[in-house]
Amino acid sequence: MLELRDVKWQLPSGEPIIKGISCKLDSRLTVITGPNGGGKTSLAKLIAGVEKPTSGKIILDGTDITDMDITGRAKLGVAYAFQQPVRFKGLTVRDLLELAAGNKLGHDELCALLGKVGLCAEEYIDREMSGTLSGGEAKRIEIATVLARNAKLSVFDEPEAGIDLWSFARLVETFEEIRNGITGSLVIISHQERILSIADEIVVVADGAVRTAGPREEILPKLLGGEYACRCPQRNGGGCQ
Amino acid sequence: MSNIMDVNFNGTTAEMLKIISDYDEVTGFNGAYNIREDSKCAGRKSSENITIESKDDKPGINIRVKPFTVGETVYIPACVTHSDVDDLVYNDFYIGEGADVVIVAGCGVHNDGEEQARHNGIHRFFLEKGSKVLYKEKHIGTGKGTGLKKIDPVTDCVLGEDSYLEMDTVQLRGVDSTTRSTSAVLGKGAKIVVRERIMTDGDEQATTKFHVELNGEDSGADLVSRSVARGNSHQAFYSVVEGNNRCTGHSACDAILADNGKVDAQPALNAANVDAQLIHEAAIGKIAGEQILKLCSLGLTREEAEEKIIEGFLK
Repeated sequence: MLELRDVKWQLPSGEPIIKGISCKLDSRLTVITGPNGGGKTSLAKLIAGVEKPTSGKIILDGTDITDMDITGRAKLGVAYAFQQPVRFKGLTVRDLLELAAGNKLGHDELCALLGKVGLCAEEYIDREMSGTLSGGEAKRIEIATVLARNAKLSVFDEPEAGIDLWSFARLVETFEEIRNGITGSLVIISHQERILSIADEIVVVADGAVRTAGPREEILPKLLGGEYACRCPQRNGGGCQ
Repeated sequence: MSNIMDVNFNGTTAEMLKIISDYDEVTGFNGAYNIREDSKCAGRKSSENITIESKDDKPGINIRVKPFTVGETVYIPACVTHSDVDDLVYNDFYIGEGADVVIVAGCGVHNDGEEQARHNGIHRFFLEKGSKVLYKEKHIGTGKGTGLKKIDPVTDCVLGEDSYLEMDTVQLRGVDSTTRSTSAVLGKGAKIVVRERIMTDGDEQATTKFHVELNGEDSGADLVSRSVARGNSHQAFYSVVEGNNRCTGHSACDAILADNGKVDAQPALNAANVDAQLIHEAAIGKIAGEQILKLCSLGLTREEAEEKIIEGFLK
């Protein structure tokens, strides 16, 4: 279980981004959603250890990981899929997947991993993870590196971004398989209704704080109704400017 | 026809040969070869289609590949195994029409002494119509002496109609000073591809000079240099691609800086024909922070991540 206790984080300039978040993420699949610029990606980076909180505590299965760096958290079982895939000149898809898995991978294992994100291993394993890959291809490989880790807690930041409809459908199935599997829990930052619809719990983050959180059955109807209406001027009797 | 001489070289050469030219102690080289050790021939073998002969007028050899020879490899490694050697050699390659061969030309310089040890190989390539060559060259420097280890290769290529030359060159540490000069003149439909990888450390110096003349219609060049400069080392990359006809030219210089490493890149494109398409890319900088973060997120330490990124970059 991951617990955040009054976590705050600000930019070096002093501008507050996360303004005190406390929550317990103890379901198999938690989706964090909310308006753009509300602090979701910052929250994911704080969980992964890319950024360190200005104050507050982050607890994973009873261990205080607040001061642990990204490597330490990775070794403890935290995996993180970047929103923007990182490109490497020279490192191939196979190199990255094997680094993620921590050992050499056979052809069947590579096929299975890439198949989960809708890619054909034959075509991709020896390609460089460089600018020669399209945005969607790189994104899917980024996700595959996290799947390869088979981690205790996997955090995905907007996995749907840049992915075509067919690959996205396969990805949703993969998330469901992980959720229904034996080990590992997922935290997914997403705006996609299909991902929201498979969540156990939904956390709505806005303006650096938790606006609302709870079981999907309780939160999703509000999101599709009230949350949408309150942000749409037309539904409030106004018009498009 | 084969011309076999007894192979006779020292242990230092044997060790370097394994690194620079995939030498197998049991099976030796699979193909024609000439092993040069401390300015002398330490073994030579010609094959049915590839003959290797000494030059009459100066140190070096002529390598002649018969027309339409396909799938053969010729090895011409050169080793300097002690200090106070200044080796100069002229090797000429004559590649017959339609031939398709691999040339492995590594160079190792070992120096445990105080004097300089240097190998200076001057290579000329003459590719006949439709021939194809993959030229592989790996350079290393070993030994703990204070004497400098220097390798200064000069390669001049003349590519005939529709010929293809791919040069794959690697130098990873240990060579104190190197100046690599490569020139090529291309005829109609000819292509040259160069893949260079260099890593320098300590006080090492490395200079690369390319000069390519795209004279023939539809000729092409693709030069890619990837380098890593660590410690207090210094690298310089100079390239000139001349487009004198309808042609395509691409050169790219990617360099990673670490510690106090320095890299100069001076690419030049000279287009003298309205249908010449010439492109240059250059990027110099330290390893991107996000690359290190990504690998750390997979469980690597910062140091392990840097090593892995460099290893991949120079692969």
